[in-house]
Amino acid sequence: MKKIFLPLCFVAAIASLQSCKMKNTAAAVQGDADSKVYVAPGKYDEYYNFVSGGFNGQVSVYGLPSGRLLKLIPVFSMFPENGYGYSEETKAMLNTTNGQIPWDDQHHLELSQTNGEQDGRWLFANANNTPRVARIDLSTFKTVEILQMPNSAGNHSSPFITENTEYVVAGTRFSVPLGSEDVPISSFKQNFHSTASFISVDKNSGNMALAFQIVLPGMNLDLSHAGKGPSHDWFFFSSYNTEQAYTLLEVNASQKDKDYIIAVNWKKAEEYAKAGKGKKVPAEYAHNTFDEGKQLATSVIEHDVLLLDPKDCPDMVYMIPCPKSPHGCDLDPTGEYIVGSGKLAALIPVFSFSKMIKAIGDKQFEGDFQGIPIIKYEAALYGEVQKPGLGPLHTEFDGKGNAYTSMFLSSEVVKWSLKDLKVLDRAPTYYSVGHLMIPGGDTKKPWGKYLVAYNKITKDRFLPTGPELAQSAQLYDISGDKMQLLLDFPTIGEPHYAQALPASLIQGKQVKYYDINKNGNEFVTLGEKKANVVRKGNRVDVYMTAIRSHLVPDNIEGVSVGDDVYFHVTNLEQDWDIPHGFAIKNNPNAELLIMPGETVTLKFTPQKQGIYPFYCTDFCSALHQEMSGYLRVSPKGSNTPLKFGTGVVADTSAQK
Amino acid sequence: MKKLTKPGRISIVIAMLFLGTLWLFPMWRIDLRAPQYPGGLSMQIWLNDVKGDVPIINGLNHYIGMNEIKKEDFREFIFLPITMLLFILLGIVVLILKRKLYYYIWTVLFICIAAFSFYDFYMWEYNYGHHLDPHAPIQVPGMSYQPPLFGYKKLLNFEVLSQPDVGGWFYIGTGVLLVAITIYEWKKK
Repeated sequence: MKKIFLPLCFVAAIASLQSCKMKNTAAAVQGDADSKVYVAPGKYDEYYNFVSGGFNGQVSVYGLPSGRLLKLIPVFSMFPENGYGYSEETKAMLNTTNGQIPWDDQHHLELSQTNGEQDGRWLFANANNTPRVARIDLSTFKTVEILQMPNSAGNHSSPFITENTEYVVAGTRFSVPLGSEDVPISSFKQNFHSTASFISVDKNSGNMALAFQIVLPGMNLDLSHAGKGPSHDWFFFSSYNTEQAYTLLEVNASQKDKDYIIAVNWKKAEEYAKAGKGKKVPAEYAHNTFDEGKQLATSVIEHDVLLLDPKDCPDMVYMIPCPKSPHGCDLDPTGEYIVGSGKLAALIPVFSFSKMIKAIGDKQFEGDFQGIPIIKYEAALYGEVQKPGLGPLHTEFDGKGNAYTSMFLSSEVVKWSLKDLKVLDRAPTYYSVGHLMIPGGDTKKPWGKYLVAYNKITKDRFLPTGPELAQSAQLYDISGDKMQLLLDFPTIGEPHYAQALPASLIQGKQVKYYDINKNGNEFVTLGEKKANVVRKGNRVDVYMTAIRSHLVPDNIEGVSVGDDVYFHVTNLEQDWDIPHGFAIKNNPNAELLIMPGETVTLKFTPQKQGIYPFYCTDFCSALHQEMSGYLRVSPKGSNTPLKFGTGVVADTSAQK
Repeated sequence: MKKLTKPGRISIVIAMLFLGTLWLFPMWRIDLRAPQYPGGLSMQIWLNDVKGDVPIINGLNHYIGMNEIKKEDFREFIFLPITMLLFILLGIVVLILKRKLYYYIWTVLFICIAAFSFYDFYMWEYNYGHHLDPHAPIQVPGMSYQPPLFGYKKLLNFEVLSQPDVGGWFYIGTGVLLVAITIYEWKKK
């Protein structure tokens, strides 16, 4: 009996421990959460939530509060689903100085702003791996521009913007030598640099141009945010690895007690650039734009860039010590407080913009970092949030004086007051939250109703799907004193930062279809009567039309092995949501999705003779299955006459 | 011959103004609704044109082999405005001559034009609904697609509602007014 008693006691002790372990979901979700996220059939979500795709290189769009996936916008990755990056019209979007790069790592998003408020015009996206910045048009949800960044690597602290979208920034996470110098890796301190690039954005067209790059010491620029209101002229970047390690960064870049927040006076930089203080140096980078009129992307290689050296430009860059490899660098809606989140620190320092300006005026410096003045920590510090949690990463604001910081290690969102820096509430996340987002939470005007946590670890949150899982996101209601967990929803790729805006800002201006009379595509076919097949050497252009439920022409003969056949498919429909698809058997290429009024081109170079069916891939109508045709590919050098048409039935007796 | 009363003369001016709206508003509208068209489709018939979602309706009609609805195919769009213009000019003549008899003739003429217009509209609908391409992809035995002259009808997956539009109501108003005044004038003799 005693033998059993002891183990039983042990079991009981364990069981009682279980009852006081951390909160589980059942305890965290309160009764009325379901009704708060239920969007009835036929009703719309309140917010569009744009979520970065991380390693899928795309942007996904969710509705809030339902968490329903609305769309995937291909940005830096080829997208066989609709032909982005495959079609002749869009290939150039992914062009770089190293040719077409079909993928990237998309981390951060920023919606365009006017006077520090969201204006619903464009969405900017960064590419971390091959430094690029993209612009997405919010009336078509299409990527319309991609600008490559020279003199950079690991474009992480991007694409954050100034209050009137004057500039989008790009900052180097992996310092590299300027240009492509061949130097030893161990010469990091002498030869490696980080750059803070300022991309100007045209007020009307949105077109981007690399205005200037500020050359900074070798270190890792991590995140950034622009000032607003009183701090309008400034941009702030967090940094780590100011140890300037180039190997085993995990250890070697975590040695110093403090790294820095880098404060850049971009107005001053702009003046220096205008005053000729910069140095124009050769640099190659691709600038790709999609012309909506011509429905065509073109890629231009730029040849130089203006570099600004802080040594030649006094009062332009300062550094503020910030504990333990800061990650997030976030400004509150008033523009006064700068929150640096030392990801290895046990506190959150909050800096004061006005104190920083005063410290600069009083020259309260504690030395310099490779020539850049370092402001005394205490001189710029507003205060520290004590014991907020473990692993603070990012902070967003609700516009009511509260800040919300994500805690990666303690896996929670912590709400604290900007006024007295006291922790007010904490809510668990499942699991290990990275970025968090409040709609408009990094602007002057947050819509402080919801908060979404984008988590790095999923584990048991959804039905298991083998070793590779979806990511998990959580929606909280933050309208009350306490945060209320409402919803778990899976996300794809790996979300980092996200943005959200009220649906009413862009819902009304969505393009439903393209006016075919304004179709400026060089290869448009305006009407079935104009359908044609033209041969020029071994290039064959097929001018094809698609309308429910047939393709013209749908019989094509006279093409030989090795010909480059271009199918220019024009969707003649002029109604909402009647796209047609187009695919050809054995084509080592993707398919096309052609929106009404659009012309898109698919290239096919047949390698073998035979009959190749092609068809509409988008179930367009009751007779969609009938929407198909045949391409005859004859052996190389054969003289099969060029013949094409639709609805022409040959006299069978003549063929025997 | 008896002279027109004052209300009679005023009614001529009103009738002419009412008919003037035919140049400003559509006469008739046919609304279609199907599950795939949550916003509905609408076609407006004007004195001299047919507008609205005509291309979309034509796109759908090709499945059942209906003829394409094209403005150029309607002689009505030439005759109708001329007829209405002449009718209004005759109103001016009646107004100047101020004779009851002319007023009665004017009213009868209006009723004749209206009756013929409705007959013509019905025949137009009948022809479109019945004369179908024998090679059409969708063929439902015994099915014709004549829209209702007035009111509601279900045609395959579409619900069809046919009714006067703003100009049409003024047109009907004109008829009611003319008949009412004719009775009034008749009794006043």
